[in-house]
Amino acid sequence: MIKRIKIGTGSCGIAAGADEVLKLFQDNVKDIDIVEVGCKGHCYAEPMVEVETDNGSIIYEHVKADKADLDNILNLGEKSRFTLRKQRSEREMIRVTRLAGKINPVSFEEYVENGGYKALKKALGMDPADIVEEVKKSGLRGRGGAGFPTGLKWSFMAGKTAEKKILVCNADEGDPGAFMDRSLMESVPHQVLEGMLIAAYAVGATQIFIYCRAEYPLAIKNLSIAQKQAEENGLTNFDGRSISIRIKEGAGAFVCGEETALIHSLEGYRGTPRFRPPFPTDSGFKGYPTMINNVETFGNIPMIIADGASAYASVGTKGSTGTKLFALAGDLECPGLAEVPIGITIADIVYGIGGAKEGSVKAVQIGGPSGGCIPADLFDTPIDYDSLKSLGAIMGSGGLIVIGNRCMVETARYFLDFTARESCGKCTFCRIGTTRMLETMEKITGGHGTEEDIDFLEDIGEKIIKGSLCALGQTAPNPVLATLKYFRNEYEMHVRDKQCPALECPALVDVEIDKENCIECKLCIKTCPVNAIDEEYIVDNEKCTRCNSCIEVCSKNAISRVPKGGAK
Amino acid sequence: MAGLTSALKTIEKDRSSLIKALQTAQDHEGYVSDEAIKEISGYFDVPTVDVEGIVSFYAQFKRVKPGKYVISLCDGTACHIKGGALVLNWICDELGIQPGENTEDDLFSLEVVACLGCCSLAPVISINSKVYGNLDRKKLIKILKSYRKMGGAA
Repeated sequence: MIKRIKIGTGSCGIAAGADEVLKLFQDNVKDIDIVEVGCKGHCYAEPMVEVETDNGSIIYEHVKADKADLDNILNLGEKSRFTLRKQRSEREMIRVTRLAGKINPVSFEEYVENGGYKALKKALGMDPADIVEEVKKSGLRGRGGAGFPTGLKWSFMAGKTAEKKILVCNADEGDPGAFMDRSLMESVPHQVLEGMLIAAYAVGATQIFIYCRAEYPLAIKNLSIAQKQAEENGLTNFDGRSISIRIKEGAGAFVCGEETALIHSLEGYRGTPRFRPPFPTDSGFKGYPTMINNVETFGNIPMIIADGASAYASVGTKGSTGTKLFALAGDLECPGLAEVPIGITIADIVYGIGGAKEGSVKAVQIGGPSGGCIPADLFDTPIDYDSLKSLGAIMGSGGLIVIGNRCMVETARYFLDFTARESCGKCTFCRIGTTRMLETMEKITGGHGTEEDIDFLEDIGEKIIKGSLCALGQTAPNPVLATLKYFRNEYEMHVRDKQCPALECPALVDVEIDKENCIECKLCIKTCPVNAIDEEYIVDNEKCTRCNSCIEVCSKNAISRVPKGGAK
Repeated sequence: MAGLTSALKTIEKDRSSLIKALQTAQDHEGYVSDEAIKEISGYFDVPTVDVEGIVSFYAQFKRVKPGKYVISLCDGTACHIKGGALVLNWICDELGIQPGENTEDDLFSLEVVACLGCCSLAPVISINSKVYGNLDRKKLIKILKSYRKMGGAA
């Protein structure tokens, strides 16, 4: 007997076609409750449909919006059933995302039925100072990237006396390739809100801002609904004051992840950082004491208060407690979101949870454009704030990109291109330095690099780190410096031999048609946008733009990229 | 700009709402026009050059009216790794435009965006917010052709 049907309509699900599946079910199933839920983290299996029966739940994956799949699901068929791989379930630890994808994100009742707002209730019965102490004891470190101890930040804020005190939730998740915060806001907005309200009570804040990327419309929508429900249920009034909550949409600037830049943006100015001190907890939004925490940090708070600091700290390592969410993407079988105990090894995440094949992975990029790459032979490294730092990467916010047989020079150039564009322009070293670095990287990938260029990259990289005010500039050279450290031979091949070992850099490869396999079907000739293939099936590599169009259309795989000039 | 004038009334007359006002203007017209900048500058009593400064700082704001179909190419890390640059080439070749430009008939405009947030489907593009994932060249050309066929009609 089917009790109800849950369809995952987070952003990933919708992109994979979940909205059409939802419509099909709504149109054709009248007597069963159809509920929209958030994201379970298994992006690779979307769209997903969960059927709740008297004998537990059955989950279906890759559901198509057609009658065959609909009938299969309504009859509890065996086709397309989703099973969680053992390698994954053994390594994951679901705590912060306990309710994600399981409850209706915008149902206040469902959240409460599942233990929601219990922590807030408990907190309101405690002395605010004891809450701050509890968060300190939990060992929680800021999940936004830098890993500053959350309890310590709270104690700075709690110690301030002011007419107004501002709390900001940093939801401006700007790392390309990271989507942990989005998933939490879309799937469990009440949990994030509960964390904020506990914080507001503990540090005496009167106003909450949620600074969210405008590119996350669903997160904004779900948070707004949750906010309204919390207000209607009187949860925003306590301690003789009423907490005002406002959602502010960011307008697309990576640098606004930096605290002082974010505050400028909130005030309606260009998001440029400023010198600290004064720290925001001393003087922030319009001069008021302001405390900024990240979405995932707030998502951890209810658990700490409900279960106690020692239970929380029992997971993770001594210096980095709790679990961490990672967004896995790139060259692996199972991209998606994973929650793991801090201290698990990179190998566990990449091979175990991500399902990447051993031997197929060259490196991972951790921490997005501010982070660094870690080569496969160091995958035994535990993931915690301090171990990663010692390798030249950072924990960052949780983006984890698996890099297979790709050009590491090009990968580093890509990240630098991003930070150079996102540099706010305030500090000379960051503004001009990243541009000079990018030009040098382009020179190398373009086949005009020299050995001196490699030395120059190292030199200017160090100077940008020293000469920049905020974390954007201080970390912008990381991708280049880390690849230089671990994959220097690739740089050397680019400059010395003018070869790209991964056959990725267009200027360093030729395109060749293998006459043995060619069936002379003319498809490549017709497809080539620049008419670089002649009637004899010979590619004019001077004309060719390396767009891969011919390689893609060839049914015989007779066309491929080869080292430039026929070098082996 | 009557639409914007009435929409502005609901926005608090405080500098901290300036970005919100610009977002509202862009929602109305699809971009931030010269008129909108003047109006917002007047509303908040902030010099126009200051408003321009905000517009040019934040990536979200467009100063050119976009085409009917806005193609956003994701250049997030996952898409880049999975060949986003090739997809960009194919679009440019097929439509004869570069990022930031419109086709001559203003049917398409092309922009490169940081991350659409559906990394598991990489490489992806979105056309007027509808996401198309796991693209290869054939799939992409087919999608573009279907939009061209719809033309100004849909």
